[in-house]
Amino acid sequence: MSDTGIGASVKRKEDQRFLTGRGNYTDDIDRPNQTYAYILRSPMAHARIKGLNIDAAKAAPGVLAVFTGADTAGLGGIPCGWGVNNKDGSPMNEPKHPVLAEGKVRHVGDPVALVVAETYAQAKDAAEAIEMDLEELPAVVNMEKAIAGSGPQVHDDAPSNLCYDWELGDEAEVDGAFKDAAHVVSIDITNNRLVPNAMEPRAAIGEFDKATGEYTLYTTSQNPHVIRLLMGAFVLQLPEHKLRVVAPDVGGGFGSKIYHYAEEAMVTWAAPRVGRPIKWVAERAESFISDAHGRDHITHADLALDKEGKFLGLKVYTKANMGAYLSTFSTCVPTYLHSTLLAGVYTTPKIYSEVKAIFTNTVPVDAYRGAGRPEATYLLERLVSKAAWELGMDQVEIRRKNFIPKDAFPYQTPVALQYDSGDYDATLDKALELADYAGFPARKAEAAKRGKLRGIGFSTYVEACGIAPSAVVGSLGARAGLFESANVRVHPTGSVSIFTGSHSHGQGHETTFAQLVSDTLGIPLENVDIVHGDTNKVAFGMGTYGSRSLAVGGEAIMKALGKVTDKAKKIAAHIMEASEADIEFKDGKFTVSGTDKEMAFGEIALAAYVPHNFPHDQLEPGLEEQAFYDPMNFTFPGGCHICEVEVDPDTGVVEVVNMTAADDVGRVINPMIVEGQIHGGLAQGIGQALLEQCIYDEDGQLVTGSYMDYCMPRADNLPDFKAATTETLCAHNSLGVKGCGEVGAIGSPPSVINAVIDALRERGVTDISMPATPQKVWQALRAAEMPAAAE
Amino acid sequence: MHNFDYHRPSSLDDAVAALGKGEDASLVAGGMTLIPTMKQRLAAPSDLVDLGGIADLVGIKDDGDSVTIGAMTTHAAVAASSAVPPSLAALAGNIGDAQVRNRGTIGGSVANNDPTACYPSACLALGATIVTNAREIPADDFFTGMFETALEESEIIKAVRFPKPEAGNYQKFENPASRYALVGVFVAKTKDGVRVAVTGAGNDGVFRAGDIEQALSANFSPDAVDSSSIPVDSLNGDIHASAEYRQHLIGVMARRAVAAING
Repeated sequence: MSDTGIGASVKRKEDQRFLTGRGNYTDDIDRPNQTYAYILRSPMAHARIKGLNIDAAKAAPGVLAVFTGADTAGLGGIPCGWGVNNKDGSPMNEPKHPVLAEGKVRHVGDPVALVVAETYAQAKDAAEAIEMDLEELPAVVNMEKAIAGSGPQVHDDAPSNLCYDWELGDEAEVDGAFKDAAHVVSIDITNNRLVPNAMEPRAAIGEFDKATGEYTLYTTSQNPHVIRLLMGAFVLQLPEHKLRVVAPDVGGGFGSKIYHYAEEAMVTWAAPRVGRPIKWVAERAESFISDAHGRDHITHADLALDKEGKFLGLKVYTKANMGAYLSTFSTCVPTYLHSTLLAGVYTTPKIYSEVKAIFTNTVPVDAYRGAGRPEATYLLERLVSKAAWELGMDQVEIRRKNFIPKDAFPYQTPVALQYDSGDYDATLDKALELADYAGFPARKAEAAKRGKLRGIGFSTYVEACGIAPSAVVGSLGARAGLFESANVRVHPTGSVSIFTGSHSHGQGHETTFAQLVSDTLGIPLENVDIVHGDTNKVAFGMGTYGSRSLAVGGEAIMKALGKVTDKAKKIAAHIMEASEADIEFKDGKFTVSGTDKEMAFGEIALAAYVPHNFPHDQLEPGLEEQAFYDPMNFTFPGGCHICEVEVDPDTGVVEVVNMTAADDVGRVINPMIVEGQIHGGLAQGIGQALLEQCIYDEDGQLVTGSYMDYCMPRADNLPDFKAATTETLCAHNSLGVKGCGEVGAIGSPPSVINAVIDALRERGVTDISMPATPQKVWQALRAAEMPAAAE
Repeated sequence: MHNFDYHRPSSLDDAVAALGKGEDASLVAGGMTLIPTMKQRLAAPSDLVDLGGIADLVGIKDDGDSVTIGAMTTHAAVAASSAVPPSLAALAGNIGDAQVRNRGTIGGSVANNDPTACYPSACLALGATIVTNAREIPADDFFTGMFETALEESEIIKAVRFPKPEAGNYQKFENPASRYALVGVFVAKTKDGVRVAVTGAGNDGVFRAGDIEQALSANFSPDAVDSSSIPVDSLNGDIHASAEYRQHLIGVMARRAVAAING
């Protein structure tokens, strides 16, 4: 292994500029003659717009234009990227999602008017002068009330607020499995709604060049080509060759920056109308009411087991909150990214899943780190732990008994997916060792002496990532392909630029991808640049989400690199007057086998651009190759997370005292970056389990609209993580990689809650919901002490 | 933030004058509450009179039986002072984060009387005196309600004088999100007896817990503390803590404070 190749913990190339304030984020970009936008948003969750008086705003100092829904009504709606059908095969309800509200507002934060002025303060002042005549309508926030049929309607064309009623599997067949069951364990859980909170708020700059007719959008996106397609084709009807989308340095996404947002369309559409570039940057409070939220599922599930504790069947009934409008990938999250994972790491033979997607007067909900897979994992691992407790089985034993054995791969689950590789005993063993499971009883006894209740919780999980084969997702309703592209440009002196359709917003691609190149071409890391995030530079790209960058984008780079070395061998054979078959390429050198002839990679690169004697009928000048890669399957990282907590029974405070993660993410390119990704994911998982919760009141007002009430995890909420990886290779990509971006957030939440319940069991508590806040734990303890008081 | 006129007087008299001239003028000390409020456009004073230029307002003076802390003294300075009773220094050292402690001031905190702030509980429990440009106000008369004090218009806090207690301890149960006091209890043994002040919990702001004071006067031990007589309807309830939970936490925090004092 070279010190810059595959497997090396290379320090991140990009950190120098990030840590010294030299990043280039959208808000750092100022275009000549730029103007500023402020977006007036609805203060009400549901209201009819009876009138908008913008006269005073238009006349306010510095104001250049004020636009409302009346101006943008001719534009297309913000599109949804994934169609899901009902049980009867009919398509889902897909109400229009206007760029600016038309006739009604449907959530607090729904955009009502766009004010463009010379300065941001002037735009904001002018917005205060807009008279909004809103007739408040009853709002619906609660999913049960929303589908009851008699309450408020979010959209007239979605009866009972139902987006779709979908199913996977045959309910009657699974019912059959329950008839033979010795035990049935049931659970009702809520997967709490989260606000993504990327460190960089969203921003967008729209620009129009009258000379060329070209539009440019600078935006905080995880996938600029996808935005170009969605906004250009569906909203603004602009052709690709006249629309450039740039996503420069982006400060965190976690899914929330995948989607096409109305603000991007507003500034792009308004730029030629104002005749100058328009910049919009969200304030933090605005992020809370305009970034797509995450999770928000309510689920009932039943697990059938035989008398030995073997799983026979699983039925899962989920209600998923869509919010007021369908965000880009909202519809696939509770279905194709959730229900297809309900086998987990287990051999459960029969599984049925029903999902009702429901509109409410809240911010749209979409994928957030893990997207559907954390919801599936949380459900399964809570249910499995509950089954072990109810049956009096050990938490490890019930899992091992039901694991898909390592010699059973490829393994076809009953819920559509085929797992290619894995070894769940290996990650469990590793985690048990790191967590010192054997020493837990002694630690629990010691904690009891200090008056603390100590508990241990498990989560053994698998997830599907590297999203994914176009043919598969297309058959499931995706309205896009999910391949990736890469271009390798070798410059005459042997340095290399890689143009990738993946997008880095914290993942470290500039380092990891450069390691692939260094390893393959045998050139130093500093001779490699990774170019991404600009539709005018990169040929095409589907972007970064679903832990897909290395498994899909990295493979595309490897494929293009293979084409480059093939071409370079042809050049080497020509120059060294040898047969192409005799050329070997190793450690950056081309040699002719059986001779001492050799040429360095740089010499071949130069020859490619100085082709004085090339036989042009056989050999083209230049050294640059393009590849598109569409994988055979998803990849399936998995592992075991073990959490240990101490609960203070006086206050209800839960402290995570040990957090162990043993993950199989396939081949590891940069162990340091992988560990960092796992740490970040664990922090978010612990945040969801103990701290974070988005709360709306009954009127649809966001109660947790700032950090005063929305609790983000901080360093002192987290222990020193014990993280390790084991390795089974992905069977269908050349690198054997699986993906590591989401495993921490997917695997950890149930381990934390199972640990809390384990700690509280001796006091008679059998259930606690996320987030397990001090108040909630204290109330559960009190209710268990005084059963009557709980009523 | 709306536009405003900014003044930075170098004397209290000039500050009073500037305050009187503005149509809707406001004093600003560390600005840890006012500036964010203005940025959110929830406050829009016509004039800001910055007390940061008045040198007399900064500093800590040891008077033997008491310590006088200038209104513009930062939390960080109080935390680092050996002249300040250790319980008070510890309280100051755990307010907000490092940035807040280096900007926020005792005068600003006391004048704002945020119901979840730490300092008001120390003032009440230690029997402090609020010294203004016009008079001296005992802490027991100063905090008149949520965000309300006995300060008159154009009255400016010069200093806070704390009698040194025999012993004291402050226990804060933090709001998980904001890290303000969800419940904070300051227990002090003073020459006038045991005083117990509670912040974060009362729906009328900081208050003294009379029953707990009486119980501890008779028996200064954690077992003597019982918070159940504090009326639940006098306490705040929100998404982080119901009034019942706050009532319970007052007892837990008071017991921990007493245990810390007893060592």
